Amino acid sequence: MRYLLLFLISLLISVLNAEQLITFSDDAYLKRYQNLLEELRCPKCQNQNLADSNAPISNDLKEEIQRLLEQGLDDKDIKRALTERYSDFILYDPKFNKNTYFLWLAPFIVLLIGFWWVYSMSTKNYISQSKDRDLEK
Amino acid sequence: MKKILLSAPIIFFLLTLGFLYRGLENDPKHLPSALIGKNIPTFELRTLDAENVLTQEQLLGQPFLLNVWATWCYACRIEHPMLVELSKRGVKIIGLNYKDQESLAGDWLDDKGDPYIFSIFDPDGKLGFDLGVYGAPETYLVDAYGIIMHKRVGVLDERIWQNEFKDKYYALENAIK
Repeated sequence: MRYLLLFLISLLISVLNAEQLITFSDDAYLKRYQNLLEELRCPKCQNQNLADSNAPISNDLKEEIQRLLEQGLDDKDIKRALTERYSDFILYDPKFNKNTYFLWLAPFIVLLIGFWWVYSMSTKNYISQSKDRDLEK
Repeated sequence: MKKILLSAPIIFFLLTLGFLYRGLENDPKHLPSALIGKNIPTFELRTLDAENVLTQEQLLGQPFLLNVWATWCYACRIEHPMLVELSKRGVKIIGLNYKDQESLAGDWLDDKGDPYIFSIFDPDGKLGFDLGVYGAPETYLVDAYGIIMHKRVGVLDERIWQNEFKDKYYALENAIK
């Protein structure tokens, strides 16, 4: 019985410790905070966003984002504040600009080239086939 | 025309190959520096072992290296002898002691030698954040007007000094003479 009590107490303590430690003056901030952490990338670990990362730099950035949210900045301004310091690297959804236009446009360009190629090949084949037919006559 | 069409997939394949091959040489850990060509951020911090408050204005007048360091940073330990060597050669280095404890930082400089003209003490990482510091050690080349000319994340060694900093630094130094 005593052990069960101890177990329950330790369980309770662990649950209490697992509580969300970040508190905001307004609940709406928490939602935005979580969204921002999902979209922003840890500068030190390329394949993790801030939400996933436990790197010291990520924790610093989380604190900074919390501070900026409380200051009343909107998401766009917070992202700008971070990209001014850490460059576009930290955006998982990169903006369309002179560095990223190729990234965004390349798939469409390749697709267009593909269409053009298929189209040209098919008309060529048609012509050569019809020539063959003409020769057969 | 037909030849071009038939060889198009091969050409496309080779282009892709070249593009991807180039990608292999890129360092995915490399962050493009957002602050190159911009002024060093404004700050109001004191220096290590001194009470007077310093602002960015007091850094101007001559080109210098701004070196971000901390006693908890293992790579800084490796880098330190190179900084001492550079200061002996007359290179102006200003330290930014980043998220550190003052007593530990003081001991470190007493122990290993102090290559810095002075070290800005930034225990909260405020200036570090404004500079976009993400991994100490980092070294910035700043000109006499406070414009950041170059940035290197990681250990500054002889090779990197020669390849990336030396010519730029002396060019800036000659420019103000």
